[in-house]
Amino acid sequence: MAKKVHVTTTVNGDEYEYLAEAGQTLVDVLRNELELTGTKEGCSTGDCGACSVIVDGELVCSCLVLAAETDGKSVETIEGMANGDELHPLQRNFLELNGLQCGICTPGFLVAAKALLERNPDPTETEARFWLAGNLCRCTGYDKIVRSVMAAAEEMRGA
Amino acid sequence: MATILEDSKFDPQRDLKTVGSNPVKHDGLDKVTGRAKFGADFFLPGMLFGRTLRSPHAHAIIKSIDISEAEALPGVKAVVTRDDFPDIDPGSVAGDMTRTAMAREKALFDGHPVAAVAATSEAIAKRALKLIKVDYEVLPHVIDPVDAMKPDAPILHDHIRTKGLDEPSDAPTNVTERMVSKMGDVERGFAEADVIVEREFDSKPMHQGYIEPQGCVAEYSEDGQVELWCSTQAPFVYRDRLSAILKVDAAKINVQQSELGGGFGGKTGFYPEPIAILLSKKASRPVKMVLHRTEVFRGTGPVSGTNYKIKMGCTKDGRITAAQGELIFQTGIFTGSMYFNAPNAMFTRYDLENVYIESFEVISNRPKVNSFRAPCVPQIVFGVEGVIDELARKIEMDPIDMRLKNAATEGYTTIYGETLGPIGFVETLEAAKATDHYQSPVKDGEGRGIATGFWFNRGGETSTSMNIAPDGSVTIITGTADVAGSRISIAMMAAEELGIDVDKVRITMADTNSLGFNRVTAGSRTTYSVGMTVVDNARDCISQFVKRAAEIWDVPEDAVIYENGECRPASANVGEFEPLSIADIAKQTTMSHGAVTASTSMNVTGAGPGFGLHIVDVKVDEETGRTDVTRYTVIEDAGKAIHPLQVEGQYQGGAVQGIGWALNEEYVYGEDGRLQNAGFLDYRMPVTSDVPMIDTVIVEVPNPRHPFGLRGVGEVPVVPTMAAIGNAIGDAIGVRPQSLPMSPPKLLDLIENRDG
Repeated sequence: MAKKVHVTTTVNGDEYEYLAEAGQTLVDVLRNELELTGTKEGCSTGDCGACSVIVDGELVCSCLVLAAETDGKSVETIEGMANGDELHPLQRNFLELNGLQCGICTPGFLVAAKALLERNPDPTETEARFWLAGNLCRCTGYDKIVRSVMAAAEEMRGA
Repeated sequence: MATILEDSKFDPQRDLKTVGSNPVKHDGLDKVTGRAKFGADFFLPGMLFGRTLRSPHAHAIIKSIDISEAEALPGVKAVVTRDDFPDIDPGSVAGDMTRTAMAREKALFDGHPVAAVAATSEAIAKRALKLIKVDYEVLPHVIDPVDAMKPDAPILHDHIRTKGLDEPSDAPTNVTERMVSKMGDVERGFAEADVIVEREFDSKPMHQGYIEPQGCVAEYSEDGQVELWCSTQAPFVYRDRLSAILKVDAAKINVQQSELGGGFGGKTGFYPEPIAILLSKKASRPVKMVLHRTEVFRGTGPVSGTNYKIKMGCTKDGRITAAQGELIFQTGIFTGSMYFNAPNAMFTRYDLENVYIESFEVISNRPKVNSFRAPCVPQIVFGVEGVIDELARKIEMDPIDMRLKNAATEGYTTIYGETLGPIGFVETLEAAKATDHYQSPVKDGEGRGIATGFWFNRGGETSTSMNIAPDGSVTIITGTADVAGSRISIAMMAAEELGIDVDKVRITMADTNSLGFNRVTAGSRTTYSVGMTVVDNARDCISQFVKRAAEIWDVPEDAVIYENGECRPASANVGEFEPLSIADIAKQTTMSHGAVTASTSMNVTGAGPGFGLHIVDVKVDEETGRTDVTRYTVIEDAGKAIHPLQVEGQYQGGAVQGIGWALNEEYVYGEDGRLQNAGFLDYRMPVTSDVPMIDTVIVEVPNPRHPFGLRGVGEVPVVPTMAAIGNAIGDAIGVRPQSLPMSPPKLLDLIENRDG
């Protein structure tokens, strides 16, 4: 058997240590080894954004990152977005403005939108649309997703 | 007493407290926190991972399959092929289904499953696939349906004879069926016309494009019981079809649906599920199978491509005198495209007298098509509404006025024989005319188009149960799928009828062992049909509350009335009693009488047709052929919007799916019969930056057959989209495209030819 790689990482602030196969993707480890299934796998080629996570502050598709690459790094997933029972303003606005239908793309959109607002707290609608262009949704037509993100941004600026 | 199907007790004056509001979806929190479990999110101890080997050939005899080396690979626990499936004769429904799931005599399309492996890891399963040796004898293939109709075309199935021919033929053919639909006399109608337009159109297959690939876990026990967890729009239909092809009693197959990560019709039939069951049977361990996106494109879905002609005539004052269509639908390797929806729906919304439509369904070496919102209708409406637009231009009439002039109203008998009840087409057209969008001038350099659409909406077999907990809160068990948020609308209707807060109601989506048969969630049937059964459940429970309150107060039942969630004395003469809430009654009587419960199982009828109109502005870059949608408005009759944000979401989502279909989505095949764009990068669906906000107008002309007046809203939003965009592009560049998708190369051709 091929030699495995020892990985030490934090996920949502918790320390994890595991052995990964050299070719194993981060999304595979998150979902199948750490059982953090909130991150979704829609295409495995970086085209749908359902597996979006933040690694050391950078938004990435976790299907395009090897688990071994995250050794010593910090990974943020949808499971770490709420603060205990307090939802992130993005999560709350998605709920209130119906920014989700089936919900499969929702974790990816939320993570991507969080990364956007950390960089640019006051995006125009066009900026938000281009930032989120790496995330596919087939249900909503994007209207209510964009509205949810803009409403959360406004709320966070006011906070 | 009349049933709810005979008398819905719809009351337009009813004071609604919950219906029409926008509470947060009960399933929403799990979906924004990552807790919601979709098809791929289920795990069992000892679970194996399954992968499928697929044919690289579009058409080939499978001479032999050697699995010995794959079986010998350490970690491989089972390999299945056609030999593991029960032998069912070709030509039957089950015979087609089993051959769709796993190739039998022949591989019939690029991507057709030929074998599958279950192993202790996905990586081992993938390695094992490479060790399976399939001996193919490659045959000539045919991809295009028009080619497949030619006399010298390669024949896919020797047993097929065309149904519906005037003179039956005994020659094997790829044409499964011919259907003629007619009313009045089109020859006479065309003779009465002042203007006639006839055009040819075509559309390519597109994929439903759900973001969640099919995923399931199957566990087969030694005593023949099957547990199946999967993402599906149709748990009961999956069970019954699995029963038919695996020859296992339906009662021994328990299907538990997961959250559904999009379906749009594409998860109305199974793909990996029977394979996972047989792998589990062979390995005596649970098996998980999740399709890869390339498999989703190659092996599931798509929507029928079409080739067709439309001819229509009208008088100078805009009255359509005749309408004719000749339609060809490709269905993939087997019949089942539901092409018959098209002749029934394509002109329905206009009160035509003279119609003649001849339809053909044709098989070819592509995956068997699956449903997609309003199956087979939008791609034909693309042509119908284009021809009407051209007629309106020729007689210089406003396009909405042209539609108003011909609008069907209550009492019109359709081509499929239904006499329409109260419908909202005229109201929809008038609402469209009044929008700011339609009233605003078209911007310089842009074009504007409108188009209309219709869908029957559906009812069907539906079962639900309602249970009142001892504290008065309410659980409802449903067996339909929640494709986009129907659960909250169903909970709202139950809460409204019971007169309680919607937060007191929770819905569980049952496994198939827990409830009576429910038809597939499709055709805009679920919120309507389940709304009927849960209101019926609620009325049943209310009668029990009244009975128990009467007993508590020791008064006759007719001395008790129920309103706003409480039983009260019908009048002061009954006596002085404090009102009894559901919670009071449940607390006081559950111990003595058992829980208040209700179950309803019925074939729901009375669905009210839906109508919509889309207005779209586009800008076409004449150098590149690229089209940008700059403004979009959907106007549609919902009957009654139970949860308006959800209804808007249906309108917006349908419009953007249609934008993709209109502008660039298509299956591209090479000369070798292989699909060339089996991934999201090359099969380009609309992304956030491709589209504007989608404005919506919800028209509400109630359907009195439903207690709250609702119609379905899931299908209509995609029906007029490509037609409206086509008309807008025609307005912008001066030539109306006749081929979908209206991609840049095609528009550049049109522009070049226009300019000579």
